Formats: sequence, structure tokens, C-alpha cells
Amino acid sequence: MKKVYVQTTINGEETEFLCEPRQSLLEVLRDVVGYTGTKEGCLTGDCGACSVILDGRPTDSCLVLGVEAEGKDITTVEGLADGDALHPLQKKFLEHAALQCGICTPGFLVTSKALLDRNPNPTEHEIRYALAGNLCRCTGYDKIVRAVQDAAAEMQGR
Amino acid sequence: MATQQEHKFKVIGTRPIRHDGVDKVTGRAQYGADISLAGLLHGKVLRSPHAHARIKSIDTSAAKALPGVKAVITAQDFPEIGPGMAAMGELPINPQHLSLNCIARDKVLYDGHVVAAVAALSPHIAEEATKLIKVDYEVLPHVQDVVEAMDDKAPILIPGLGKGDDGEPTDTNVANHIQFARGDLAAGFAAAEVVIEREFDTSMVHQGYIEPHNAVAQYSSDGQSTIWVSTQGAFTARDQTAFVLDMPPSKIKVIPAEIGGGFGGKIPIYYEPIALMLSKHTGKPVKMVMSRADVLKATGPTPGSHIKVKMGADKDGKITAAEVWMAYEAGGFPGSPVGAGCMCVIAPYDIENLKIDGYDVLVNKPKTAAYRAPGATNAAMGSETVLDEIAERLGIDPLEIRRINGAKEGTAQPAGPKFGQIGFLETLEAAQNSDHFKSELPQVEGRRVGRGLASGFWFNAGFQSSATVAINSDGTANVVTGSTDIGGTRTSCAMIAAEVLGLKAEEVHPVVADTESIGHTDMTGGSRVTFATGTAVYEAAQDVLNQLKGRAAKSWKVDADKVAFQDGVFTCTENGAESMSLKELAGKLPRTGGPVAGRASVNPRGVGPGFATHVVDVAVDEETGKVDVLRYTAVQDVGKAVHPSYVEGQMQGGVAQGVGWALNEEYVYGEDGCMQNTGFLDYRMPTCLDLPMIETVLVEVPNPGHPVGVRGVGEVPIVPPPAAIANAIYNATGVRMLDLPMSPPRVTKAILEKNG
Repeated sequence: MKKVYVQTTINGEETEFLCEPRQSLLEVLRDVVGYTGTKEGCLTGDCGACSVILDGRPTDSCLVLGVEAEGKDITTVEGLADGDALHPLQKKFLEHAALQCGICTPGFLVTSKALLDRNPNPTEHEIRYALAGNLCRCTGYDKIVRAVQDAAAEMQGR
Repeated sequence: MATQQEHKFKVIGTRPIRHDGVDKVTGRAQYGADISLAGLLHGKVLRSPHAHARIKSIDTSAAKALPGVKAVITAQDFPEIGPGMAAMGELPINPQHLSLNCIARDKVLYDGHVVAAVAALSPHIAEEATKLIKVDYEVLPHVQDVVEAMDDKAPILIPGLGKGDDGEPTDTNVANHIQFARGDLAAGFAAAEVVIEREFDTSMVHQGYIEPHNAVAQYSSDGQSTIWVSTQGAFTARDQTAFVLDMPPSKIKVIPAEIGGGFGGKIPIYYEPIALMLSKHTGKPVKMVMSRADVLKATGPTPGSHIKVKMGADKDGKITAAEVWMAYEAGGFPGSPVGAGCMCVIAPYDIENLKIDGYDVLVNKPKTAAYRAPGATNAAMGSETVLDEIAERLGIDPLEIRRINGAKEGTAQPAGPKFGQIGFLETLEAAQNSDHFKSELPQVEGRRVGRGLASGFWFNAGFQSSATVAINSDGTANVVTGSTDIGGTRTSCAMIAAEVLGLKAEEVHPVVADTESIGHTDMTGGSRVTFATGTAVYEAAQDVLNQLKGRAAKSWKVDADKVAFQDGVFTCTENGAESMSLKELAGKLPRTGGPVAGRASVNPRGVGPGFATHVVDVAVDEETGKVDVLRYTAVQDVGKAVHPSYVEGQMQGGVAQGVGWALNEEYVYGEDGCMQNTGFLDYRMPTCLDLPMIETVLVEVPNPGHPVGVRGVGEVPIVPPPAAIANAIYNATGVRMLDLPMSPPRVTKAILEKNG
């Protein structure tokens, strides 16, 4: 199958790649440009493990084609930390033990960042609503919600 | 083994950041599907579209002709494995059934059973090729209901499975019958003031790990093969693959990748032997990743079941007799956890007269696998709701009736052995003292609210583990084990070593090794890792400590027993002036005899069983039948909690899975025997929005069989939730729910029936 040339921005870096029109953005991120931090859980948009921020919106990258990334701005879990400094969400996930197996963690972090970017001070219900598209089977969500609450508080200087 | 329960710990009981944490929040951690190798091919399989059929022929020629396809294989390319049982570690295994479950030979036994596999340049080409494989099936009648499958006239899945009185093979779907009995059942029921008898149906449910199964395999022309895989046990995966491919286990190296959840479902193998066989046929490494639909259709769910519970109690609430009959779906091959169900049902109670029958029954559904306290949750749904009903009839508080009958040290389990030091009564007391239990029921407008309580038991496991501990020149230590870390056990093992060696948790570097780099270690399961592998780590660290004492003694020219160790410092007890920190000594190892490494391999017997008592408040919408969990508290005897955050996490995760099992999750099959809800949209697991915060109360009754008092903690928290929620629904609506899941249509139906 003939490949298509795509120019996009991933984690602040201008990136170009060739992909088949049938390849999802998830497949491109993982297998073409090597961002394997974005995970595959279902390929049907039901689990959120493949969440990325696409032009400011949390998005299941398994439901987007690689060619649709043309001209877009994409943030993956690899783009959250600032160099060596972890994002507050990453720190709070560690401090609150908000991960067990860790396969859903990149998706939760990315979706949580998108939430805090647009709503820096969410209620517990708003956090649960925003994260309802991300499945975690290990934690029961309790520590994840607390980590997001704590990260929001820290980022607000509270 | 001496317990250190009076000892004041410095590291154990604290909450350090887990060692693999940064890798997992930055996306660096390598899971099985993240592995890539030069020249990698991609494998896909073709699966049966029928629940039960004979394979008449398979034509792979069109698939082989597709450009980019490198190999197409069927069962004919695999060795034919003969009947009989083999041992895998301590666990019995049937290599023939294992092999036939990986790839069907003459018959397919469930929708999704693998019949052929393809390796190609890309996953898309491989997928296209599977569609070009032509299989000629003779469709057979199927049976999916566990009770119907026990009938003489039911379609037979595996001929000759049974044994007649004459010892000759007979045709039956009942693969096994287990019975525990003691006392005088009739006399027990005659002595009862109240006897309750109920029948329950529970649906097949899936473990629901978010990471699909995967395997990357490289066959080498020298016969030495390597498999990278997300598995609950590298040795277990190696040994099973060796059985299926009829290879010596030592010819296979399994490198465990990080694992995205397992809950028992990643103990069996699926793609490992297929990927390796495709690699053998192509000379290239082959990667296989399962789709979510295939995970649901064809990998280890836990059985649905039909359960009858009859229980009687005298007017004081003392249980006088209990009779339990349970049939569990094995799936297409024998091996449901009905035996474990028999061991766990009514185990929290001291019952003199009992009879428990368990049947392992083949049905045309996927071969079941372990799922968190396998078998115990189904069973507790029956026994814990019947006990609730007895308490209500007698006018006794549901917590009180559990206290009246509660097992303690010396109580005989249903299977016979007596309990050692256990903390069941302590969980009841802690539940009673919890904020939740003492609080008023919250009111929700337009809803009926209710509170329920249930308890659960899981025996926990020991099994084999190995560990090595080595001292670095900077005075830190490396801990190597063979135990897959699913929920933080790498850190709990490091903490145990740190405790022994007077180090900080961060000064110990834990590694999960491949099958050639550590002694045999059984799978991560049975809530056993912090217990058994933790014991090995403790002993290996003690070995290191003793060697270090010897080195200190040598440099002070005294006997080793004249060296004491405390808080990271060695002191000479003979001429008190001499002292040296572990760090100083570590720097001197090359000049005092060379490196220091300790090792231990264990098969510990002092397993400490786990008990839990859960309290839940629900709100029921009587019009729609929707049940919302308003508040949930899980109380558990966890033994010594090494890392309390991850212990709480196990409890909260178990509760969430139990809530899903209780309210939503089920396998839905059509008339054609095919699964109809093969995605997360309609196999509906709890989301963040479905659950409240999950409160935890850790009761720490140390296990005397472990050097720091550890019990298994991972499994028992899934046992009480369905029964606790059923009891809460009754409390709210007056309706006794007898079937799982208690989904909106079922709850609505039950309420309408009650209201006539």
C-alpha cells in the first residue's frame, strides 16, 4: 500500500513520517515514530489507554488515522515531563501510588493534563467525569482521583 | 520460623515511591507489545466462528500466496501431544489440553478457538491473509449452560473424559467432582430453628486487564529460543510452551516484559508457542498482539456457575448445618476453580455438619483461567446472602451472626485442616468500629437506599521462589527475583531486603529476571509474591548479612558471632570500640575476600489465609433497576502491610472488580453459541464515574509463617462485593437477588415480581 507523507508536531518537535492510509495514529505513534508510551488496550475507543492530546483535546489515538495528524499538535505521555522534571501529575501519581500495573497510566496522565489545562480547579465529580473514558482495572480509581486532586492543588499553589 | 511481630520496623510499613514508578509515568516502561527487533514479522490468527465444530479441512494456499506473507501454520505444524497429566512446579497440568487450547486440531470447542496462524511483513497483511484461509467445518450441537451440560443427553465436548465403574472411559462433560463432608447433616438441619435454601446463577466474567495478550518470539537455528512476553510467570510460560512444542524447557528463555494486569488471566499461555512456531518457520522474530475482542472471546474468563446453598441455624444464630452444591463452567477444557470454591465457601464459619459438592463441567465457552480468588466469589454470593437471610429471620444483626459463627485459630476448614493464627473476628470488629458502619444511611431523593455486609475468605498460596541479593561497592544492594511485578511487589521485596540490611528502600534496586538469570520461581498468583518471594528475599538478605558479619569479624580478627549489626552499622561485641558501617564495609569487599552475594530458594509452607469484611451502601432506582454504590468500606486482615499504599490499592482494585461482577459484567452468548459483547462498550467494566472513593481498613494480624508477618492480600477483596451488594439491595428494596450480574433489567424484574 502506497504511503502518505505527513508533517505534524509531536511533544513540541516538528515531526514528519510516512504512513499507510489505513494506519491509525496510535499505530503510527508506536510503530513508526517510536512513542510506545501510548498504549493499545482495545482499538475501539473504549478504554482510553491510547489517549493523546490532539490540538488541546484529549483524544483516543486509535480512532484517528495517522494521515489526519497532518498539521496538528500532539502531546503524548513522553511530552509531559519538562526535561528531567516530572509534571506535577506524574509526581502525584507516584506519591499517591495511583498506578499498579501501569498500562493505563499514560492515558490517565494525558487525559488528566487535558482536564487541568482547561479546568485547573476541578471538583471530584468533574475529575471522575473527565476520566470516565479511561479504564483502569487495578486501582479502583480512588488513588488516581486523589492524585489528580492533589496535582491540581499543587499547580494552583494551594 | 520466628516472627518479628514485636520488632519495630524502619522500612516495612512505610510508603516509598515504587522503583519502577518513573518509568511507568513517563512511558518508558517496556511492556510486551513495546518490544521491537530487527526484521520483525507480525503474526495473526484465524479463529473459529462456531461454538462447536469438527474441522474437516483447512486450505491455506490462498493465504500463503498473498504478497508479504511469510508463513501460514495450523495444528498439523505442531507436535501432537498425547494424553495424561504432568507437573508444572507443584501444579498439575494437562499438556494435551493446553496444546489443543492454543491451536485446535480436529475440533473447535468454543467461539474464538484458534485454528491457524499467519506471519507477515505487517499486522495488516497478516490479518488479510487470515481471511484467505478456508476452513471446512462440520458444525456440531453446542452446550453452554452448566446444568444442561451435565445431562446425559448433552453434546459431548471431549469424548472419553469420564471413567466408569469398570475403569473404562465414558462420555461426560463432568471433568471432576469434589466433595467435602463432615458431621451429620440431617441432625444439623433437624436442630435448626430456621433453614434457608436458595439457588443462584452467576455469569461468566473476564479479568479485564487493559493490556491484551502478546508475545514476541525468536527461534534460533541452534535451537535456543527466546520469548519476550507480558506474563504472570516467566518460568510458567516457559514450561507450558515447552509442553506444547515438545521441547526441553531449558531450550527456551522467557524474558518477562512489564505486564499490564493479569489477575490470574496471564498464567496460561496463548500466543507464546504460536509465535515461536511462526519464528521457526520464517527464521525471523515474530510479534503477536491480541485484539480486545479475541481477549474476551478466547482467553481465560472465570466461570459462570450454578450454586445451591442450604443452611440452618438455631435460635441463637449458631449455624447447625450447611449443604452446598456448585457446578462451575470449565470452558472447553477441564480445570475450573470449583475446588477452590469448595475450599472457600462457608470457610469463615465454624460449622460442625457440612457437605460441599463441586463439579467441574465442560461447556462450549473459552477455557477458564484463574481470576483473583478464583472460585471464591461465585461461592460467597450464595453462602453470604443465605447467611444474611438467616440473620434477618432470626432477628440477629448480620455482623453479629458472623461473629457468633466466626472461624478462629483452631477452627477446622471445610477441607479439613485447622486454621492457624487468623484475623477474621478482628475484621468484624474493625468493620463495626468503622466510620461507615457507625454512620447513618445517606438518603437519595427518588431512590431506595440500603446497607449490606458480607465477608470473604481466600487461602492464599506459597509455592516456589528464588532470590539473590548482592552488595554494590557504594553500599547499596541489588535484589533479583523471578516474580512478575503486577502491583508493586518489586518494591515490597526491595523493602524487605532494605529492612534486613539497614538500608533505605531507595538504596535497594529490585530486578525481575529472565528464566536464565534466577532460580525457578512460580507464577505471580495466589497472593503469594510478597509472602513467598518475600521470604526468599528475606533469607537471601540474611545470607548477605551473615557474610558481611564474617568480613567484619575477619578485619577485626574476632569470631563472627562477636559481630552485631544494627541500623546499618556493624559493631564488635568483644572489644566495643570497633565499628564499621555497611557502606564502609561494602567499599572494602575486594580486599576482604571479594564480592558478597546471598541467595535463597524457598517453598514456604506457612501461608497465612486472608479474610475480609465489606460494608456497602447502595441506592436503587426502582423504575430502571439501576444500582449505584454510594459508599464502600473494605476491611481486611492483611497480615503485616509491607507497603500500605499498595495493600490499600489491592483492596480497592478488588472491590472495583467485585462491583463490576456484581452489577454489570457478563458474557452474553447468542443462540449460535457466539459471544455477542466482545468489546469494552458492552462488556461493561466500572469506570471512574461508577464508583465512589473506596475506604480501606487494614487489620494487621501478623502471619507467624513469614519472617515479617506477611499474608497474601491481593485476592480476598474481590470475594465479598457481590454478596455485600446483594444484601444491600435487599435492605433497600426487600428483594433478594439470586443471580449475577444484578443488572438493571434483572433488578427491575425482581422488583416488579415482588410488587406483583
